[in-house]
Amino acid sequence: MSVVVYVEEGDELSLQALAFARTLGETRAVSLDGPYAPAAWAAAISAAADGADAIVAAGSDRGNELLAHVAARLDQPFAANVTRIEGDVVTRIRWGGSLLEQARLHGAPRILTVAPHVHPAGEAADVERLIASDDGSPRVLDHVAPAGGGVSLRDARVVVSGGRGVGSSEGFAIVEELAGLLGGAVGCSRVVTSAGWRPHADQVGQTGTKISPDLYIACGISGATQHIAGCKGAKKILAINNDPEAPIMASADYAVIGDLHEILPAISAELRKVRG
Amino acid sequence: MRLLVCVKRVPLTGGRMVLTADEQAIDTKHLGFTISPHEECAVEEAVRLVEANGGESVVLTLGPAEAEEQLRDCMATGADRAILLKTDGGEWDAQATAGAIVEAVRGEEPFDLILFGNESADSGNYQVGIRVACALGLPVVTGLKKIAVEGARVRCEREAGDGREVYEAPLPAVLTVLEGLNLPRYPSVPGRLRAKSKPLAVLEPSRAEPRLEKLRLVVPEGQGKQAEVLGEGAAAAPRVVEVLQSLGVA
Repeated sequence: MSVVVYVEEGDELSLQALAFARTLGETRAVSLDGPYAPAAWAAAISAAADGADAIVAAGSDRGNELLAHVAARLDQPFAANVTRIEGDVVTRIRWGGSLLEQARLHGAPRILTVAPHVHPAGEAADVERLIASDDGSPRVLDHVAPAGGGVSLRDARVVVSGGRGVGSSEGFAIVEELAGLLGGAVGCSRVVTSAGWRPHADQVGQTGTKISPDLYIACGISGATQHIAGCKGAKKILAINNDPEAPIMASADYAVIGDLHEILPAISAELRKVRG
Repeated sequence: MRLLVCVKRVPLTGGRMVLTADEQAIDTKHLGFTISPHEECAVEEAVRLVEANGGESVVLTLGPAEAEEQLRDCMATGADRAILLKTDGGEWDAQATAGAIVEAVRGEEPFDLILFGNESADSGNYQVGIRVACALGLPVVTGLKKIAVEGARVRCEREAGDGREVYEAPLPAVLTVLEGLNLPRYPSVPGRLRAKSKPLAVLEPSRAEPRLEKLRLVVPEGQGKQAEVLGEGAAAAPRVVEVLQSLGVA
């Protein structure tokens, strides 16, 4: 089977997709340079993949976007975020990973992206540079620098998050205090951003940021699947909740039962004490 | 401006996924329904654009008759009218869904903008908006956190790495958006009353054979964790700090 793989330079997820594609057959890695232009790049990938049995990319923002364009151009089905494939049956992620789907992919070529962090990255390969023509389709015109300041949620080693149980925007002062002491970032659940207590940039979840800190401290968060989809990459999870039966407990390594408004200040005070 | 927003009825899942006996769907006996979070922001954006520029916002869904509930919800927060592409309740794959939407759009006066969520909360196919744009020959920009209509063009931003990428497209265009684009309003009581009498057209598209054919759903094996309870209330603090130290994060 001949497989064309779109590879993004310096992208770990692309190397994971490449390793997955190698289990399918003979791979040919392709890439593009210059300002990102999804439709034009997809046209170049489609042309390069003429006659290929499969077209594969990482299940990243760009990988999913490009192969959706490729599939639309070729009028073929596209399976996003595949975790395994046997014959023409794929297993793919739904609900941000809370559910899996087995589906028959009827297309030729088979067009699919590989779910992130399911397969180890493979060796890099020789990458063929494709040239995209300027077809007037939307492209990146400019970059806006990040606002900066503080520890980014995505890169933080510790994230302290608050949910409905925090109760108000002001209630986050004790969450911020503990996060500050641990050199970590503040996160929150979707309930909190929908209520306007915190900006959406702080949301951990399926429709927020997906994080993978060493420690995730979930305070007053029940643990809806929407939230777990964002924090399950954490190495350890400590849940602080007044309900010992809350769903979050099934994903947590440690738990403290009780009122977070008493527990968080006590932990911060204890940290200060042991640090002298 | 004329805007179309495409939304999808999805269950409000709680802490755990339970499937129907035939493994074709989530068991929704005890669940309410909503639309995907990204789409709530798409509806809000369309309503704001009409408030600022005049015109009309239309909300469309492909789904069972019960999806009227979600269309009425969208109209309660300001959408002017709705189109229901009624199905028998079975799930359609992304290609068939996009085909039916394209057909419906062709039957309407042209729209300046067609908005989608970047991906649905349930199936997460990441493609319906792009397929619709491609079939209609319209430019498409995806994953947006900011949209500004400037005359006959739209300027938009999406997050990439730590910063943001800026795109522009001429109208008409297709845009797919992410939650965080705006903070959607809650429906008011008068809004809910008004929504009851807003126009809702029902079409019954014929279903194409699925080419990404769902066979069954599977609940992934849980991590089966049994959380170690470190204590109750403030008295647990010393034990928590010991754990933080053992993890090397204190």
